[in-house]
Amino acid sequence: MATTNLEVTDAAETSSTEDLQVSDAAADSTFAEVDDRERIKPAIEFRDVHLAFDDRKVLDGLSFKVQRGETKIILGGSGCGKSTTIKLVLGLLKPDAGQILVNGDDITNYTEAEMMKVRKSFGMIFQEGALFDSLSVYDNVAYRLHEQGVPEEEVEQEVRRMLHFVDLEDAIDKMPIELSGGMRRRVGIARALVGGPEVVMFDEPTAGLDPPTARTICELAIKLRDLEDVSSIFVTHEMNNVSYLTSEYAAVNEAGEVIFEKEGERLCLTNTKVLMMREGRAIFSGTDEQLQKNDDPYIKRFLHGR
Amino acid sequence: MNIAIRSLLEVQETTLLVAQAARRLFRRPAYIPEAITQMDVIGVGSLPIILLTGFFTGGVLTLQTFPTLKYYGAQDQTGYLVALSLVRELGPVLTALMVTGRVGSAISAELGSMVVSQQIDAMRALGTDPVRKLVAPRILALLVTLPLLTVAADVIGIFGGGVVATTLYGMSSGTFLSSVRYGITFDDIIGGIIKPLIFGIIIGSIACNKGLQTEGGTVGVGRSTTSAVVTASIVVIVVDFFLAKALQVILDMPAS
Ligand SMILES: Nc1ncnc2c1ncn2[C@@H]1O[C@H](COP(=O)(O)OP(=O)(O)O)[C@@H](O)[C@H]1O
Ligand SMILES: [Mg+2]
Repeated sequence: MATTNLEVTDAAETSSTEDLQVSDAAADSTFAEVDDRERIKPAIEFRDVHLAFDDRKVLDGLSFKVQRGETKIILGGSGCGKSTTIKLVLGLLKPDAGQILVNGDDITNYTEAEMMKVRKSFGMIFQEGALFDSLSVYDNVAYRLHEQGVPEEEVEQEVRRMLHFVDLEDAIDKMPIELSGGMRRRVGIARALVGGPEVVMFDEPTAGLDPPTARTICELAIKLRDLEDVSSIFVTHEMNNVSYLTSEYAAVNEAGEVIFEKEGERLCLTNTKVLMMREGRAIFSGTDEQLQKNDDPYIKRFLHGR
Repeated sequence: MNIAIRSLLEVQETTLLVAQAARRLFRRPAYIPEAITQMDVIGVGSLPIILLTGFFTGGVLTLQTFPTLKYYGAQDQTGYLVALSLVRELGPVLTALMVTGRVGSAISAELGSMVVSQQIDAMRALGTDPVRKLVAPRILALLVTLPLLTVAADVIGIFGGGVVATTLYGMSSGTFLSSVRYGITFDDIIGGIIKPLIFGIIIGSIACNKGLQTEGGTVGVGRSTTSAVVTASIVVIVVDFFLAKALQVILDMPAS
């Protein structure tokens, strides 16, 4: 793979090479023109990552980038390595070969203690929710703040704000076991978003949920992307999620309410890209429109079910 | 991989876990409340079964030794024998085995369920080190409570022995107690405290390690729980032998 070396912070670099690198990055960047140099570094970058469990190859040379503020939808059948990929970003697993970069820093060989610092700016929503079942909804959402020793009044304020964001204020004193699947998923989202992470990773957040709840979760992701400038990876294999995320955007109207509008005359969404995985490799990377036009038989079958 | 290598690897892993837990015990934020909760769960929670089993063990010791001692005309020494067996061996080992069954299995099952439901991953993702938050408080709690439980088992065992001696065999409680006092030396008590300290580390580290190594869903939780209890019990009994020998040498106990 042609690795684009984006070490723009290096003070020794001449401006000409910087320009070159910027245009190089711009080639596959959502943000062709940016003033903020920090934004040029991808939030997440995989370079030829390999991983095997025992004899089973799970990732086989995976490469991709997630730019700042971008939402990357990862599509792919069950067992193609999607969850593994996002666990690698957080260092919950380590690759056998290849590099993983976060904000331009190579985290591949970070120790667990170093990873803890990186994880501070990440929020992760696990496939099964992974709520702490011995803690109440309040304590689950407050987990990160309690660990940091934040005063309880502030914790309560933040927890209520987050539960309001996911529309679950009534469940504050419940235990995870008492919640439905959709509620559990939303508590997981609230927990991940406490502390304002810069990058959020959703692992099949809508799987097994009824369409309205699934829609609510997609709206949350859209709000994060458009109103909070969060980069994200959104793993799914449901095509309606893809169409929500790639064709709608969130805005705030005069009354201060969040509204969702379809892209069209006024605005064309460019900050959401699709990555399609198959057997541990990226077989497609690009926009939704390009995906629809792609004539790879596997992709066609994935999109249309036949 | 053959069994020898696998066991060696496991010993290594378990030892590393203890080392990590020990190092992280003193780093901030210290999980003192967690450790206290665990002491309550492990120590206070185990007290009833320890008292019950200790009482009957002491009782049965008297029941079995009194007739034999009487045959040799040494029935006055019943208290001595009961106390010695309890303080040196049965108290520490029995308590350790009971705690393994009750607490070791619970720790392993709890951590194992947390692994398979991805709560451990979630914890790490949220920036908490599970060794510090989960393993260290549990090992610390066992380290503190197991000696206390052992002492409780010793005392209630001697009491049980006394009850049987006085009620079934008509011994006077004075005779029983004075032979107990004659029987136990300071070294016995030291040995009886050192053993549970080491057993506490063994039970805690094996249970935590087995729990954290859980693989393969709900079935895996069952497997690691069984394995934790079996391994910890065997290791406790084997280590007890070598500890007994070592203590004999170190404390210069009569090797009779
Ligand atoms: N801890 C593990 N040990 C062994 N195999 C694993 C483990 N985690 C995942 N796998 C295997 O890796 C493959 C990819 O898993 P995963 O990333 O969870 O897929 P998905 O794309 O459905 O999220 C699967 O075949 C799975 O069986
Ligand atoms: Mg998955």
